[in-house]
Amino acid sequence: MAEIKNYHLNFGPQHPAAHGVLRLILELDGEVVVGADPHIGLLHRGTEKLAETRTWLQTVPYLDRLDYVSMMCNEHAYCLAVERLLGIEVPIRAQYIRVLMDEVTRIRNHLLNIGTHALDIGAMGMVLYTFREREDLMDVYEAVSGARLHAAYYRPGGVYRDLPEQMPKYRANKFKDEATVKRLNAAREGSLLDFIDDFADRFPRYLDEYHTLLTENRIWKQRTVGVAVVSPEQALQLSFTGPMLRGSGVAWDLRKKQPYEVYDRMDFDIPVGTNGDCYDRYLVRMEEMRQSNRIVKQCVEWLRNNPGPVISDNHKVAPPPREAMKSNMEELIHHFKLFSEGMHVPAGEVYASIEHPKGEFGIWAVSDGANKPYRIKLRSPGFPHLAALAEMCKGHMLADATAIIGTIDLVLGDTDR
Amino acid sequence: MSAKLEHLCEKLKEILGGAIGDPLSRLGEVTVEVPAAAYHEVAKTLRDHAELKFEELIDLSGIDYLSYSDRASGLRFAAVSHLLSMTHNWRLRLRVFASDNDAPSLPTVTDLWPGANWYEREAFDLFGIVFEGHPDLRRILTDYGFVGHPFRKDFPVSGYVEMRYDPEQRRVVYQPVTIEPREVTPRIVREESYGKAGGRG
Repeated sequence: MAEIKNYHLNFGPQHPAAHGVLRLILELDGEVVVGADPHIGLLHRGTEKLAETRTWLQTVPYLDRLDYVSMMCNEHAYCLAVERLLGIEVPIRAQYIRVLMDEVTRIRNHLLNIGTHALDIGAMGMVLYTFREREDLMDVYEAVSGARLHAAYYRPGGVYRDLPEQMPKYRANKFKDEATVKRLNAAREGSLLDFIDDFADRFPRYLDEYHTLLTENRIWKQRTVGVAVVSPEQALQLSFTGPMLRGSGVAWDLRKKQPYEVYDRMDFDIPVGTNGDCYDRYLVRMEEMRQSNRIVKQCVEWLRNNPGPVISDNHKVAPPPREAMKSNMEELIHHFKLFSEGMHVPAGEVYASIEHPKGEFGIWAVSDGANKPYRIKLRSPGFPHLAALAEMCKGHMLADATAIIGTIDLVLGDTDR
Repeated sequence: MSAKLEHLCEKLKEILGGAIGDPLSRLGEVTVEVPAAAYHEVAKTLRDHAELKFEELIDLSGIDYLSYSDRASGLRFAAVSHLLSMTHNWRLRLRVFASDNDAPSLPTVTDLWPGANWYEREAFDLFGIVFEGHPDLRRILTDYGFVGHPFRKDFPVSGYVEMRYDPEQRRVVYQPVTIEPREVTPRIVREESYGKAGGRG
């Protein structure tokens, strides 16, 4: 009998299912994967090194570019770290806004994940539906920060500005007639909070639609059930966090276990899986969206009734209001110093982490008392998940590798930093 | 300091005793420094001891203390891990210095937490810390054939080489960097009393 050798397959870095620039060297025995060696770093921009040469405030926009589908959550961890080092209090309204936007971000992230994961393994229609809802949340981002993606909305000490009173509206043009515009603008007549509230009312129905499309779908189940099973012990050993960990049945969520901001006042549940396969992780993400929607509802309710400041009044950290700056010498100096030299953060180190949609996103910040960080280490959730890819792929078919990449919820900006 | 952290500090002292320095508790976090020789043993105890139970390694990263003002020991490289115990719901920072500045080397903890694999590769790639006993210590984030360890404090932000497409050779070539490093905002450390009433400046 002829000798049969394993062969290597080069997957990516330009492959639609690689979710970015992931290069994967797969060792195949026929169609069975016996080894996988991910080569990452093709999107490495040295964010941590760059942060060492920027002031504390200038680093905020760099964090948007890490996980570029859940921008505000990245900023959140960084702001928490700086605030803890400085020892400043964040106004309660800003905390609610942060929780609201974090949950909006979580829904956005999971919509993208479930849409593209389904697209990768053959359900072409799914992505059209999830992106329809994601577009509404993009508009929320744009309304609060002016940018659909890279928001730079959270600042050490609070958030950049209060939620807007008006939603941007569509205008009629040669592609959209008056009737279409009227329909599109129906939910946009009130403030941003009205728009989010309207979305939160509509969203559970959309979720039911997704369940109809996928949950009992025979092909979807064939592609995900029993694929990449991770036991709870394995998940802990491999440093899993977030839905990857909860999919294996470990009920661990920082929002509940080590609450930050106002999560301890929120009423929500933590879904966990039982089998630890791709299908369970999918179900966990679906349920997380429903829970996030509940949190959004509660935040909107509170924010409607409780106006107040949204950024700290410590002008060594946060800029003074513009009106004060125009008439007051001291405020002008504060503004100038803050945006030229920047804030000085007391020497020390801190590790701040949040429950990012993908897992635990942590920032280890070391300061030597200067206006720039001494070292920033970004603990991105995708990194250990991708590291476990080889473990998860072993023994599965080549086509399952795509399903596994999808279930990791991979964003290379986040892994490569 | 909350009662919980106090309890953790006491437990650490009781269980690890002489192997570690005094646990330092600041900003609601506990830090333990351990000599390289005892590192692996301490890590094992931290993971396995029923009253500590740090079953998950959240993060492991390198750091270069070359220009850090507070470091009297003169040692440059350290590996810092953040450990998490889900059983007790507490965290710990474990710092270990490599005793040689020119060829930093530390024992690996991949055998204790398999998740450390890529983190140690990253620390090796960016700081040049060699983890002895690591199964597959290759570069991870930098380019194929990269020279140097970019996150060291003496490595310039602009690097040493840049890449461009050469139309004559019809391939990508490396050449020395042509950009000048520039600093828009200088790095400043202010004295304690800066900006306070009564102080100058």
